[in-house]
Amino acid sequence: MADDLKVFRTWSSPFALRIIWALQLKGLEYETIFEDLSQKSPLLLQYNPTYKKVPVLVHNGKPISESLVILEYIEETWKQDPLLPEDPYERAKARFWAKFIDEKLSQSVIDVLLTEAKEQEEAVPRAKENLKYIEEELKGNKFFGGATIGFTDIALGWTANWLPLIEKVTGIKLIDADKFPRISEWMQNFCDVPVIKANWPSYDKMVTKIQGIREKCLAPK
Amino acid sequence: MASTDVKVIGAAPSPFVNRVQIALNLKSVDYEFLEEKMGSKSELLLKSNPVHKKIPVMIHGGKPICESLIIVQYIDEAWTDGPSILPSDPYARAMARFWAAYVDDKFYPTFRAFGSAEGEEAKAVAREQLMEAIMLLEDAFAKCGKGKDFFGGDTIGYLDIAIGCFLGWMRAVEKMSDIKLIDETKTPGLFGWAKRFGSNAAVKDVLPKTETLVEIAKMMAAKAKAQ
Repeated sequence: MADDLKVFRTWSSPFALRIIWALQLKGLEYETIFEDLSQKSPLLLQYNPTYKKVPVLVHNGKPISESLVILEYIEETWKQDPLLPEDPYERAKARFWAKFIDEKLSQSVIDVLLTEAKEQEEAVPRAKENLKYIEEELKGNKFFGGATIGFTDIALGWTANWLPLIEKVTGIKLIDADKFPRISEWMQNFCDVPVIKANWPSYDKMVTKIQGIREKCLAPK
Repeated sequence: MASTDVKVIGAAPSPFVNRVQIALNLKSVDYEFLEEKMGSKSELLLKSNPVHKKIPVMIHGGKPICESLIIVQYIDEAWTDGPSILPSDPYARAMARFWAAYVDDKFYPTFRAFGSAEGEEAKAVAREQLMEAIMLLEDAFAKCGKGKDFFGGDTIGYLDIAIGCFLGWMRAVEKMSDIKLIDETKTPGLFGWAKRFGSNAAVKDVLPKTETLVEIAKMMAAKAKAQ
């Protein structure tokens, strides 16, 4: 039976992009449903009643939510082009860094976008401290996954898009090639991967969107 | 098989540490328990978990693994002899992971907020959110367990461990706040499950006694007031 795969996403969601990348890296075919989060479809609400968010992957009618959970599902269901290493310790490390990225790193980077003046001055070193852990972990490998991208690279991938956008909108450059040579090189290599290159959302639309997010947050209440 | 190859850095009252202990017990893996003193962090902890500086940490053959649910998955993958902790079907695994993430991302913060809420209004709001979360878990029990004894089916699994580790503290909060979190009529699934989980051989010596946790909570509250 041919697999029926649907992905619920928005044009800009960095979490949904993770799923697109994983599916394409494994050579899988899927149908895309673009959501407008201001008017969520009944199907989305039915498939993800807990969070009502994207991405959702629906495989033969069965929905899975939460991007890292979806990635593990894809990895376990389609064994070609593995995203996780085989060794249990290396797998634990990959999961650890993905969790760090989602819990600590993301918030500290977004804080730089959403603040100004003194608050922003304090947010910048916090973001850089978290980025430093990533810098150290790269240890001279092309990707976290080794020669090809893997689970942790996919988890981190949104930064390759958002950090330059945050710089454009705030003027703050978090990744300085001098202080973060490994991450800088990782970003170049990551963006060169054909599946990654082919799926970035429109740069201009993203600048407008990120600008909008910042302005909305900073607007007097 | 005895193994001083496995060390767990933790503290007995921590539900996150308890997850690791239960998982090791399920696999019949011996380990050395290195108890952290409350209020201070050992050199070994800081060296083994420099990013978060938190317990639990499991050290296997000298290599540290951090984050309780990641450690539980590691235990499942490293010891393949014993019973499986995650189910074998990928969709069932995804459901277990989804709800375990819900426990950490939504249930636990809501539980903590209820414990620390001050003032009638804040307490009422926190209580409502906590009861909503518990009802979702009651629902998840029906969906994942499908009428069997545990979230994992016939035997204790990943999601049982992820939720069950909080039973000690939930009972302590019930005692201190005069509230029923798991109720025989409102949450019959969880009610029966809690009894079975708590009396399981891999669990019963791990979950701290309610009285002990109430004492610890009182002590922590007194300390906080003194500051």
